[in-house]
Amino acid sequence: MTNADWGTLSDHAIGAAGIIYFLALLSHLIEWSMLRQPKGAAVTERSTERVGQLVGSGGGAPVAEPPREDEPSERRTREEKVAFWGRLGILLTILAAVVHFVGLFARGMAADPNRVPWGNMYEFTITGSFIVIVMYLALYKKFRLDWMSPLVVGFVVTMLMVAMLVLHEAVAPLTDALSSYWLVIHVISAAIATGAFTLGGITSIVYLVKLRAERKAAAADGAELTGWLARVPGLEALDRVSYRVHAFAFPVWTFAVLISGPIWAHQAWSRYWNWDPKEVWAFITWVVYACYLHARATAGWKGRNAAILALLGLATLWFNFIGINYFNSSSQHSYAEPGVHVTAPHQAPLGSVTVTR
Amino acid sequence: MSDENKGPQRRPAESGARSVKAGELDLRELARWTWRQLCSMRTAIVLLLLLALAAVPGSVIPQSGVNAQGVTQWKQAHPKLTPLYERLDLFSVYGSPWFAAVYLLLTISLVGCIVPRLFVYFRAFRAQPPAAPANLGRLPAQTSYDSEQTPEEVLAHARQVLGRRHRLRKVGDGDTVDYVAAERGQLREAGNLIFHLSVLIVLAGFAMGSLFGYQGGVIVVDGTTFTNNLTQYDDFNPGGLFHTSQMNPFCFTIDKYADQWLTSGPRAGMATKFKADVGYQDDCGKGPTKKYDLEVNHPLDIGSTEVFLIGHGYAPVITVRDGQGHVAYTGPTVFLPQDGTFLSYGVVKAPAAKPSEIGLDGVFYPTYAAVHGNPMTVFPNDLNPRLALFAYTGNLGLDSGAPQSVYVLDKAHATQLKQPNGMPLRLDLKPGQTMRLPGGLGSVKFDGVKKWVRVQISQTPGTHIVLGGVVLGLIGLCGSLFIRPRRIWVRARRRPAGDSDGGQGDTMERTVVEVAVLDRSGNSEIAEILDGLVESLRGPTKGQKKGTP
Ligand code: HEM
Repeated sequence: MTNADWGTLSDHAIGAAGIIYFLALLSHLIEWSMLRQPKGAAVTERSTERVGQLVGSGGGAPVAEPPREDEPSERRTREEKVAFWGRLGILLTILAAVVHFVGLFARGMAADPNRVPWGNMYEFTITGSFIVIVMYLALYKKFRLDWMSPLVVGFVVTMLMVAMLVLHEAVAPLTDALSSYWLVIHVISAAIATGAFTLGGITSIVYLVKLRAERKAAAADGAELTGWLARVPGLEALDRVSYRVHAFAFPVWTFAVLISGPIWAHQAWSRYWNWDPKEVWAFITWVVYACYLHARATAGWKGRNAAILALLGLATLWFNFIGINYFNSSSQHSYAEPGVHVTAPHQAPLGSVTVTR
Repeated sequence: MSDENKGPQRRPAESGARSVKAGELDLRELARWTWRQLCSMRTAIVLLLLLALAAVPGSVIPQSGVNAQGVTQWKQAHPKLTPLYERLDLFSVYGSPWFAAVYLLLTISLVGCIVPRLFVYFRAFRAQPPAAPANLGRLPAQTSYDSEQTPEEVLAHARQVLGRRHRLRKVGDGDTVDYVAAERGQLREAGNLIFHLSVLIVLAGFAMGSLFGYQGGVIVVDGTTFTNNLTQYDDFNPGGLFHTSQMNPFCFTIDKYADQWLTSGPRAGMATKFKADVGYQDDCGKGPTKKYDLEVNHPLDIGSTEVFLIGHGYAPVITVRDGQGHVAYTGPTVFLPQDGTFLSYGVVKAPAAKPSEIGLDGVFYPTYAAVHGNPMTVFPNDLNPRLALFAYTGNLGLDSGAPQSVYVLDKAHATQLKQPNGMPLRLDLKPGQTMRLPGGLGSVKFDGVKKWVRVQISQTPGTHIVLGGVVLGLIGLCGSLFIRPRRIWVRARRRPAGDSDGGQGDTMERTVVEVAVLDRSGNSEIAEILDGLVESLRGPTKGQKKGTP
């Protein structure tokens, strides 16, 4: 296959993955909408476990029993339907992830010389969203993430759409400064951390939503939560899942931003830390998440405040990725202006030569 | 660790309440109160947020250390705000006193928080796991079951099961206890302490680099030699405590510089490979000459100095003869690229020319083409080089003694040379071409093109300290985040016959086993841990479980 073929294959695969994710999203939305029906609360508790088990065991062909007249079996049928749509969603997500991976792989093969697919915003976005999905699938069973499916899949569909419609760029080799194995390590770890922080952030959002709903419900004379929120784990469990995902992401981010990044920066332009805007924001993100971890260990800050800090961290993380790349071309990391790493001053400055990088 | 964390938080509140009592508030009390406030976890959170916030302006406003040119442009665009910004150090945020204040406060808070914990930890490390509370049933995570074994058997088995991954509380000879106390995960706190201490190490290493190090930049033309000497640098940024005696006495020559360019595809015109073959001597003039391929991402270490390839450009070789036919100027002249197309700007000054000084300025086109009649460069590599220079004569201001940049021509007192029709004279030269200047002033020859590289030369003491500190910190952090400290107690007591609440009326003596787990990190799935524990205590086969009361 020629490079151009690989490039086309990649584009098609990413497009196809987007469509399959979308189908998965639909399936999860149907699943959720079925939960919204009255009397649902009791049913949903059980169906949650079921989905978990079925998917955990690899998921066979979905079996829906024919509907019967009597009451209990009608209930069970709905339960099964919910489980069916949930399972279908997961299967579609797995399928999409495989196609997604093909897209990434082909992207790397399309470049000459072959390389890792994260030379620009488009590639970083498709890689990053892939990592979000992989982390979600990997942690699905361990943390019982079934309640998270529509949010994660919806997020990834959005990311892929933005990537394809707004960010798409033809394949190109990396600038010299970008081809370093430290960069590969740096970007892999940054992307993994970003994926995990995103999952953690989604959990924190759900935590805050559920907290509000519970407070409201309590104010309205202890009415029980219904619909999908009833299906979401309890607040404490959410808080714990969120912590554990963040606790995984934080050291990875530390490694990406404070070890591999500086080592690469040192090799590429002599300073391991230069307070370049991208570095500054990576540092800010790091500090905010350190804050989150402190908050988690402080009585009175657990829960709500910690969740807010986690979201603040996520906001800085995404701002760094989106905002700095677009609004600040003086950053050494700017993808917007390839080759800025190795250029001399744009204009002859007065006095002496200074470097614009 | 939540039990320990409550301490520091409660204390400030207590002393705060005490300080309200009038008269008792002497200076020492106030100092102690302030110190406790500063070292509280809440303060740490606030200071961390403050640090994050303080870092923001530096990413929005151009910083002189990163983007000096941006600073100049910003100042030109905002003349009114500039004095205020300068007073607030907003162009060098990360070296400013107020930024330092935030991180110094944080450092003090960190020391105040960590040092006491260090002592506590050392003491706790030697201590035995604590004895079982009198009533295990009060603990939040506990269960109990009946066993047919004797309490001694149960406890012996529990010791065996727990002993694999826990520290067990010793039982003195002759003591009889009805429980096993076990603990694990003490290293979590060690990890936490190591992490926080390594923050200090990193700060120290970072400070060393910025105080004792330096950064310098210089443009070296292909084929020429650089001697490591302060006067040779184009720009030089020493740290506050830098001394020139630190500089290594090396020199190096760029033997050959080559780059590769993409000629097709969407990124055509992008350089893909830069390489400078360098010959260097550790001690200039002495010793053997060593070879090195200087490349991007592949710096050269000479002694404690590092040399980085960070830029490149063109140096047209230009010769100026004056009206008397003497060479007034000759050599490769560094032209500075204006943008990614490598359209480059440069200046020639020939003050010694007779009868009158000659100055040239203009642009260099690496690959010249006239597109719709407009001269431009269509490719950054030098495939069709062309010079377009304007010429000046008269006083170039070099005698005034004021320092001048080699990249700027002072035209204040000079006259531009014109064509007969009154238009400015432009010398368009291909390599090898010569053009005469009007009025018998002389001639200009474009001999050929050389390339130059820009190298960054720096000493950064403390780099290894920083790296070691960060790696140590990461190890500590992982320990702190992933080790889950836990205490477990197993108590076994004989229950008198017939006192079973199973209601089966059995007459056998039974043993009641109580198991309790205290999760000290508060982040584990404690019910699962308890279930797993009970399962391994009872063995795979033994009787039925009894529910949690
Ligand atoms: C340079 C600033 C600091 C950074 C980057 C930082 C970072 C961290 C991180 C990432 C953790 C999480 C470890 C864990 O969850 O076990 C942590 C825990 C902790 N930090 Fe800091 N910290 C800083 C300053 C401080 C200060 C000033 C204090 C003192 C008030 C402090 C006290 C603590 C304590 C007591 C814990 C343990 C929490 C626990 O038991 O889980 N830290 N810190």
